[in-house]
Amino acid sequence: MLEQERNIAAWFYLAPALILLAIFIFYPIFNSFVLVALEDYNYLQQTYDGFTLTGNFRNVLNDPNFGQAMLNTMLITFVSVPVSVIIALLISVWLNAIPIQKIQGFFQTVFFLPYVTNAIAIGMAFAFMFNRRYGLINWFLGLFGIDPINWINMGASYENAMITLLIYITWLTLAFKIIVFLSGLQGIDKQYYEAARVDSASRARILRRITVPLLSPMIMYITVTSFIGAFKTYTEVIGMFGERLGPPGDPNSMTTIVALVYDALDRSGVPGAMSEAAAAALILFAITLVFTFVNMQVSKKRVHYG
Amino acid sequence: MEITLQNLTKVFQSKKEDEVVAVDNLDIVIPSGKLYGLLGPSGCGKSTTLFMISGLLKPTEGKIYFGEEDVTPVPPEDRGIGLVFQNYALYPHMTVKQNIMFPLENLKIDKKEGLKKAQEIADLVGIGHLMDRKPAQLSGGQQQRCAIARALVKEPRVLLLDEPLSNLDARLRLQTREEIRRIQRETGITTVFVTHDQEEAMSISDEIVVLDEGVTQQVGQPQDVYDKPNNLFVAKFLGTPPINLFDGRIENGKIMIGDAYIGKSEAEDQEVTVGIRPEGFKIVERSSFQVEVEFVETIGRDTTLIINHPNVEVQGSFEDPEEEGDVTTVEDTEFEALNLEMGSGKSIQDQKTFRAIVDADYGVQPGDTVKFSVKPHKMHVFNKETGELV
Repeated sequence: MLEQERNIAAWFYLAPALILLAIFIFYPIFNSFVLVALEDYNYLQQTYDGFTLTGNFRNVLNDPNFGQAMLNTMLITFVSVPVSVIIALLISVWLNAIPIQKIQGFFQTVFFLPYVTNAIAIGMAFAFMFNRRYGLINWFLGLFGIDPINWINMGASYENAMITLLIYITWLTLAFKIIVFLSGLQGIDKQYYEAARVDSASRARILRRITVPLLSPMIMYITVTSFIGAFKTYTEVIGMFGERLGPPGDPNSMTTIVALVYDALDRSGVPGAMSEAAAAALILFAITLVFTFVNMQVSKKRVHYG
Repeated sequence: MEITLQNLTKVFQSKKEDEVVAVDNLDIVIPSGKLYGLLGPSGCGKSTTLFMISGLLKPTEGKIYFGEEDVTPVPPEDRGIGLVFQNYALYPHMTVKQNIMFPLENLKIDKKEGLKKAQEIADLVGIGHLMDRKPAQLSGGQQQRCAIARALVKEPRVLLLDEPLSNLDARLRLQTREEIRRIQRETGITTVFVTHDQEEAMSISDEIVVLDEGVTQQVGQPQDVYDKPNNLFVAKFLGTPPINLFDGRIENGKIMIGDAYIGKSEAEDQEVTVGIRPEGFKIVERSSFQVEVEFVETIGRDTTLIINHPNVEVQGSFEDPEEEGDVTTVEDTEFEALNLEMGSGKSIQDQKTFRAIVDADYGVQPGDTVKFSVKPHKMHVFNKETGELV
C-alpha cells in the first residue's frame, strides 16, 4: 500500500519533466518514424498517397545537395573535433600550470567567453575578420608580405571557405572543452607529478603517460559529446555565411545534414518535403548512433576510470 | 653515497607576510650505505628536509652534497634519487609492471633489459607474482613494496622514504619495517626515512637525527640518543611509555625530589627537571623515595605501576600526525608549517602521575607502599629554564 503511494508521488514529481520531454522529444522522434513511412505527405492538407519504406530516404539521397552536405559534415566532424580536443587539452594543461591564481582566473575567463557569447554574433565577427579587404587576418598576413587571400568573399574557393569555417568552429568549441579539462586536471593528485619528476620523466612523457590517461574519462566524455555536436553543425554555418550557406556566388557549398533538414522544412507546403526532412534527420540519427557506439567501444579499452 | 646537509634552511612565506622557518640551519652528515632516520613531531621540518634532499623543494639557504657533488641546483629528475611517498603515489592507471618500468623508460633503458630489471626488483621486494595487477588491486603493504620497487629499480644514489609505514596497520607495520631494513641491507643504498614514530625510527635506523621546529636536537645511534639525551625535548620524545618528569632540585651535590633523595650530582645547586625512564625504578628495602601505588597494569613479564606524586611535572603529549589523517605533499609541508605557527594545540595530560615498570615477581598490589631507588643511567637531570642537560 505504502509502496504504491510512493510510486504515485514519484510519478507526480517526475511529471513536469516527463510531460515536456514527451511533447518536445519523444513524440517528435516517434512522429518522424511515422512521417518517413508516408508517401507524398502534404503537411497543409494532411493528406498522403499511401506508404513507402525507402521512398523518402531515396528523395534525400537524390537531393542535389546531399553529397555536399555529407562531405561537409564529415569534414567538420573529423577535423574540428580532434583538433579542438587536442588544442583544448594543451591550453588547459598550460592554464593549469600557471602558478598565480589571479592570472589563471583571468585566462580562464578569456577562454570561457566564447561559450557564453551567441554563435551567430561571433560568426559575423569572424566573417569580418576574414574579409578579404578589411579583415584583420589579411592585414596580419600582409605584414609578412602575403597577398590578401579570398577566404569567404565573392569567388572564394571551396577550400578557403571550408578552412575559415573549420577555424571558426574549432575556436568556438574550445571554451567548453577547456573548462571541463581544467576541472579534471585540478582533480589529479599533485603527487603523481612529483613522483613523475623524481622518476625523470620529460614534460612530454608526463603529458602522454600521466596526464592524458588520468584525464581520459573527461577526454572520452568530451569526444563523444563533441562528435554528436559536430554532426549537428548548422548554426555556425549560418553565423558565418548567412542563409546562403556558402560564400556569395557559391550558395549551399557549406551546407550540412542539419541544413538539409531545415531546407526541406522550408518547403513543407510541397508534398513529401516533411517526410524528406524526417528521413534526413533519421539518417543523421543513425550516423550519430554508429559513431557513439564506436566511441564507447574504444573507451572500454582506453579509458581509465580511477 | 654520503649526503651532507650544510646550513640547510627553508623559510616558507605565508600570505600575511609572516615567515615560517620550517628548517633552521640544519647541519648533518648522512653516512654512506646506512639507514638514516629523520625523527620528530608533526611539523618539525622532517618532511621538508626530505623533499629538499629530493629536489622537489628548493632550500632558502644552504647546500646539499651527494658525496663531493653539490646537488643544490640540480633538479629532482637529475639527482638520481628514489622517493617513496607517504601514500605511495603509484600511477593508478598502470599495472605494477608498468609502474616499475616507468622510471626505466624515462632513462631510455632497453625494453628487454628493463623488463628483466623490473622483475628482479619486484622479486626482491616480494611482489614478483603481482606484476599485472593495478595498484587498486593490491593491499596496502603490496602497494608500499611496489612503490619501493619503483624507487629502487633505477638504482638511485639515494633512497628517500616519507613516513613509509604510516598507512599500514599495526601488524603489517612491524613486518614492513623489517622488510625495509632487509631491502636496504641487500641493496646497500643510502636510505633516509622520515617518521614521527620513535619506536619505528629506533628499531630500524643505523643513525637518527631528532628535529624540533626545524632545529637539530640530537644526532646519533638510536640507543645512544635514548640513553644519553642532550636535552629535555629528546628525552621526552623518545621512549614508550614516555619518560617521567619530576620537579626537583640539586642541593649540596644531592638530587632531590621533594624530600626524597634519589641520586648524586656534581652540578651546582639549582632548580631542575628530573627525568626518569619508567624502567629506571628499582624496588628496595630502604629509601626515602616512598610512594603509594595507585594502579597496577600487568603485562606478562613485567608490571607497570601508576603512582600519584605531587612533584610530577605535567607534560604535554606530542600530537600524532597520523590521527589528522594527513598525507604530506610538498605543498602540504608548507601548509603544515604555517598551520603549526598559528599555534595548534597540544593536549595536556594534567594527571600528576608517573609510571614505573618493575618485575612482575614483586607482586605489587594497588594501595601498597613501595620504596624506590633510581638507576643512575636511567635518570637525566635538566636545567629548569633551558631544558639542557645538567
